[in-house]
Amino acid sequence: MADLSNNFIGIKSPNPFWLASAPPTDKAYNVYRAFEAGWGGVVWKTLGEDPEIVNVSSRYSAHKLQSGAILGINNIELVSDRPLQVNLDEIKQTKKDWPDRAVIVSLMVPCEEKNWQQMLQRVAETNCDGIELNFGCPHGMPERGMGAAVGQVPDYVEMVTAWCKKHTQLPVIVKLTPNITNILLSANAALKGGADAVSLINTINSITQIDLDTMAGAPAVGGKYTSGGYCGSAVKPIALNMVGQIARNSETSHLPMSGIGGVTTWKDAAEFIALGAGNVQVCTAAMLYGFKIINELCDGLSNWMDSKGYKNTEAFRGLAVPNLTDWKYLDLNYKIVANIDQNACIECGRCYSACEDTAHQAISMVTTETGSRKFEIIEPECVGCNLCQITCPVTNCITMEKREAGKPYMNWTQHPNNPFKG
Amino acid sequence: MASDRKVDIQSHRLSDDEYQQNFSDVKPALTAYQAHIESNRCLYCEDAPCISACPTRINIPSFIQKIADNNTTGAAKTILEANILGGSCARVCPTEILCEGVCVRNKEPEYAPIKIGRLQRYALDNFNPDVHPFQRLPSSGKKVAIVGAGPAGMACAHHLARQGHSVVMFDKKPKAGGLNEYGIAHYKMQDDFAQKELEFILELGGIELKPDVALGQSLHLDTLRQEYDAVFLALGLNKCKKLGLEQEVQHGLENSLEYITDIRQAQDLAHIPVGNKVVVIGAGNTAVDIACQTKRLGAGQVTLVYRRGVANMSATDKELEFARQNDVAIITWARPVALVTNKKHQLTAIQFERTQLDDAGQLRSTQEHFELAADSVFKAIGQEFDSQCFSGSEAPDFSNNRIKVDTDYKTSLSNVWAGGDCIHHDGEDLTVQSVEHGKQAANSIHHYLEQ
Repeated sequence: MADLSNNFIGIKSPNPFWLASAPPTDKAYNVYRAFEAGWGGVVWKTLGEDPEIVNVSSRYSAHKLQSGAILGINNIELVSDRPLQVNLDEIKQTKKDWPDRAVIVSLMVPCEEKNWQQMLQRVAETNCDGIELNFGCPHGMPERGMGAAVGQVPDYVEMVTAWCKKHTQLPVIVKLTPNITNILLSANAALKGGADAVSLINTINSITQIDLDTMAGAPAVGGKYTSGGYCGSAVKPIALNMVGQIARNSETSHLPMSGIGGVTTWKDAAEFIALGAGNVQVCTAAMLYGFKIINELCDGLSNWMDSKGYKNTEAFRGLAVPNLTDWKYLDLNYKIVANIDQNACIECGRCYSACEDTAHQAISMVTTETGSRKFEIIEPECVGCNLCQITCPVTNCITMEKREAGKPYMNWTQHPNNPFKG
Repeated sequence: MASDRKVDIQSHRLSDDEYQQNFSDVKPALTAYQAHIESNRCLYCEDAPCISACPTRINIPSFIQKIADNNTTGAAKTILEANILGGSCARVCPTEILCEGVCVRNKEPEYAPIKIGRLQRYALDNFNPDVHPFQRLPSSGKKVAIVGAGPAGMACAHHLARQGHSVVMFDKKPKAGGLNEYGIAHYKMQDDFAQKELEFILELGGIELKPDVALGQSLHLDTLRQEYDAVFLALGLNKCKKLGLEQEVQHGLENSLEYITDIRQAQDLAHIPVGNKVVVIGAGNTAVDIACQTKRLGAGQVTLVYRRGVANMSATDKELEFARQNDVAIITWARPVALVTNKKHQLTAIQFERTQLDDAGQLRSTQEHFELAADSVFKAIGQEFDSQCFSGSEAPDFSNNRIKVDTDYKTSLSNVWAGGDCIHHDGEDLTVQSVEHGKQAANSIHHYLEQ
């Protein structure tokens, strides 16, 4: 059996799955239910200074597939709207009742050193395991000079991180906003400020939909709407990219990362870890399916690790990083082509439509004497773009096969067509 | 052969609730949620096989995609453009041998075709346009007579009227609709749907309906050909084939189509008399319709008897399964040889001989006999075309005892076209096939009228 226990910057948890700072971790009631279900840790929903926050109604909206499956949701909820002391008391009690679980406290405080100092002192009294700086919240808080307003300015990230390191003994995790042009600038700033780790990504500015009757977006508050923070499965590719960029950058590669962004299944989690994350944080999946999915996350990850012989998550952490490179270093002589398994083909012709209309006219459609249709790859025309494989509704019907080009590895820096070739 | 058995044919066998339940919609439209789930299963195939399998070539992936897109109006128009009787076809088409039969989702690994028929019905049942979806072109000044207001006639009338021609549609029955009104099982065509569909077609304008006028009686083809620029014959099949037994005329031997008509036209199903022991001779969808409907009217025992094997039956597998679900017993390889009557000349039983195929593939008797008690026996062995309607006029050429037409549905007569069941054609005698005949004939007639 694989060992799922996790040690992230000295913070121990029985498994690498933490609930991210969000509505599910807003109060002890939820957190206790989460721990009972088996979650390894929580990042308590962001605390702010009193007086407590005032929220709006409603707060969430969804981006769905036509079939109704949810791709992502967005929210315009602010930090915790409960009195600070209530949260602090509950955190202290929670840590007492669940000593083996990780309890991290997320914070968002005005950009003054004394405010942070005071807040950190009160938080330290809860005996929590660490703090996470919320520099990402894209809605509401930036207007008050907090959240993404700080996270988008590397100098502020560095400054506030440094204050925190100065005023607390607790590990400091800096949560990064994706609403920037280059994640490395924020990651570097956190590093310079002395952050023990970064966590990413926070939510992405978004408008999920427009109600064409009311001409208002969603969630609508009295007919008006605002950009919300996008999360869920749809943001995973963006999050993985940002995690990957930090992991492969020489200056930031040793910076511990807690991976966040659309983790829905064990495989998503394994991908974040393979790209260098030390653990993962989950929110949307729990909001959509309940805390019970922790069973599926742990079980799936454990079984896969067993199948690969990985004894713990450190055994495969970062293994996908060395293969992440720049386009210019890809082998221009590597060639694959599509192959259609005629026995598996159901003759829908989706591959044909895709290739004929929008790609390389590399699939032929022939009606046989019996009236059935046969789709075949015209190999000389196939560039191996994968579009047919992506569109095929039958698993493993279309596979991509390697063809020997008979030429050695050559990348763009070596190619004769490159005017800047050395 | 006289028997003393008492014949048990009576009405009011069931309670009102049971009649209601037994004759409610057998294949209702999907709910909005079901349509949402089902429409999203469609793969939107390239050159989709379902389109080719539909005699009217409805662009099925397109209308299903429109349902998925919440564009039900667009879906309905897509269907009606190709098949103006899409609503009744959604109810009566044997989709399992047409569109759904070739759906790629029949294949491994799913074996579950898209419910195309029910989605089609969903689109049309939820179609409530503010303006009629079709408009007529300016009047062409041409007049076309259509004889027979069934599916072929209605489809032809619709397409001709759209082109600006004036159409007069004659029918020998008091109501238009043909088989849709008189010949389809009650539970397949609820809520007076055939008349509603007819009204929708007539709303277009340019179509005059003249009921209670039979060709060969008050109406003659020669006259029509003179008074109208073109004539379309959509006469259907109106003569039941005979069993060929000596006692053919005995009380208790019934004609399927007339009985189905009685059920369809009944104000109160409780008034329809039905036997307790019913035997149906035949193996087509009409035989199944009769068997299931008599069972649902309260018959105690219904047996369907066919002279050949299950593989030869023309009813689809789905229809036969429906018969079994209705507790209809099916006996194959037997043909009737004699009817048994009591002293009052009422039918009490029917005798059969077992059949088999000989070495030459011919059906012959095994000399083995058996008898089934029967209060009523239904003939459902098919219908024939009755050419009496042409008496006194020049008749078109025939082929296989039906009207002969060319690929444009033109008969041997200069300005006469024909379509639907009355013509000799390659396809099956289906509503949807008739609609296509009417549509194609209308195109040909329009082309002729424009010259």
